[in-house]
Amino acid sequence: MNLSNIIDEIEKADGEAFDRVNSRRSVLRNFAGVTGKAALAALPVAFGSLFKKAYAGTRGVQDVFDVLNYALTLEYLEAEFYVQSLLAPGLLSGQLAMSIQTISKHETAHVNFLKAAITAAGGTPVDKPGFDFSGGKGSGDGPFKNAFSDLGLFLAVAQAFEDTGVRAYKGRAAELLGGEAVTTAALQIHSVEARHAAHIRYMRQQLGSGVGNLQPWITGNMSGIDSELVQPSYNGEENTMQASVEITGINGFEISAESASEAFDEPLTPEQVLAIVDGFIV
Amino acid sequence: MPKSEFSRRKFLGFAGTASGLVVIAGCNKDEVVSPGTLDGVDLGSGDIGILNYAYALEQLEAAFYTQVIMTQFSGISSPEATLLTDIRDHEVAHREFFKTALGDKAIQDLEVDFSSIDFSSRDSVLATAKAFEDLGVSAYNGAGRLIETADYLVLAGKIVSVEARHAALIRDLISPGSFADDTVINSDGLDGSRKPSEVLMIAQPYIKTVINGANLPTY
Repeated sequence: MNLSNIIDEIEKADGEAFDRVNSRRSVLRNFAGVTGKAALAALPVAFGSLFKKAYAGTRGVQDVFDVLNYALTLEYLEAEFYVQSLLAPGLLSGQLAMSIQTISKHETAHVNFLKAAITAAGGTPVDKPGFDFSGGKGSGDGPFKNAFSDLGLFLAVAQAFEDTGVRAYKGRAAELLGGEAVTTAALQIHSVEARHAAHIRYMRQQLGSGVGNLQPWITGNMSGIDSELVQPSYNGEENTMQASVEITGINGFEISAESASEAFDEPLTPEQVLAIVDGFIV
Repeated sequence: MPKSEFSRRKFLGFAGTASGLVVIAGCNKDEVVSPGTLDGVDLGSGDIGILNYAYALEQLEAAFYTQVIMTQFSGISSPEATLLTDIRDHEVAHREFFKTALGDKAIQDLEVDFSSIDFSSRDSVLATAKAFEDLGVSAYNGAGRLIETADYLVLAGKIVSVEARHAALIRDLISPGSFADDTVINSDGLDGSRKPSEVLMIAQPYIKTVINGANLPTY
């Protein structure tokens, strides 16, 4: 698949609306979130109608399917990456393997959740693309070809995927305005990706050398990865101005530019994200 | 009961003793609303209300970590001090950002009540930090849908992921690998989400100033 066309692919897939009643129940339950299960058990409304109501008069349901399919594509990428890493001989063991199993479980759950949600709302989930985790766009010989045998490289790629995922969700937040339960669910996935990113960064700092002053949060636009190839995932994170308010030294407090940049994660546009993942999708 | 255990239990909702003081937004008709519901600091309505709600939570977090750094727990390691100082700076940045952005719409400075926290104990401090961070994540996740202005939703997104990074780190400091365990992430891989009324109920025991969220938007 030519990734520059992925948005077109998503739009084509969305065109064929259909409905699967048997997945509605689980989607409804899912969208209630952690705290709303009891209330939802008594809620006799199908997710599809909720979905359409949520966006009536604001923007097309189609636009929301686009966002969800965009999210699904990124979740496919992450899910497959971790599944393969757990199968790679000798790559992961002990506490590290347990952490990656936790992350892998979440990414696979996100894939299933988004597929069910899109389907229940009458849309069509995009198919899983082929992947080349070497970053070689199908050649298998890209710059990350040792990612499943070199632990340091594996964690570097994982960090870049997670940090990119966090930024990607943020980049489409505005399109979820008025989305009610859909907005909540997207936020609930988004913060899980941020937890993953923080954990991988913390593991990298503890494991090793060559990561610089890497923290669970993003300092300036530093990746802590010795490769210029990942820099687009971090460019723009050095921003210290929020809603026209300069955060560095705000109101006389000793907030450094580094802390000011760390305190706010920045969005990436779909075009920026697609350019970043282009080499990984066949 | 150790203090840290006590503060944990408060967060889990056992300690409802202060709830008579809490004015809850979004009560259903069959829920009891305390008399004097107009008491306390009014967060306001609409997007201003939500921003003040976030400002209140950031005031709580910033005050907590400011105290953590001023009176560091015994046996704190150098990396822990660095990480917790970073978090303090982030929370102060969030608090001051909201204060500045809200301008004359901002609520007053809140008075906190940390009497249940033992700041000399690593267990107590980290258990409270974990509870505050997980609460903060669920608060932003649950409030996002109430925001009417796109720029504000993006801003909430910029902040909540940093809170989630904090939550993951604090959890890993308590127990390696617990950054996103099954106590906080559900079987669909979703993080927590709480309505403002639920969050204020949990947070109020740590805030002396009575917070009135009655005019906040609801769902």
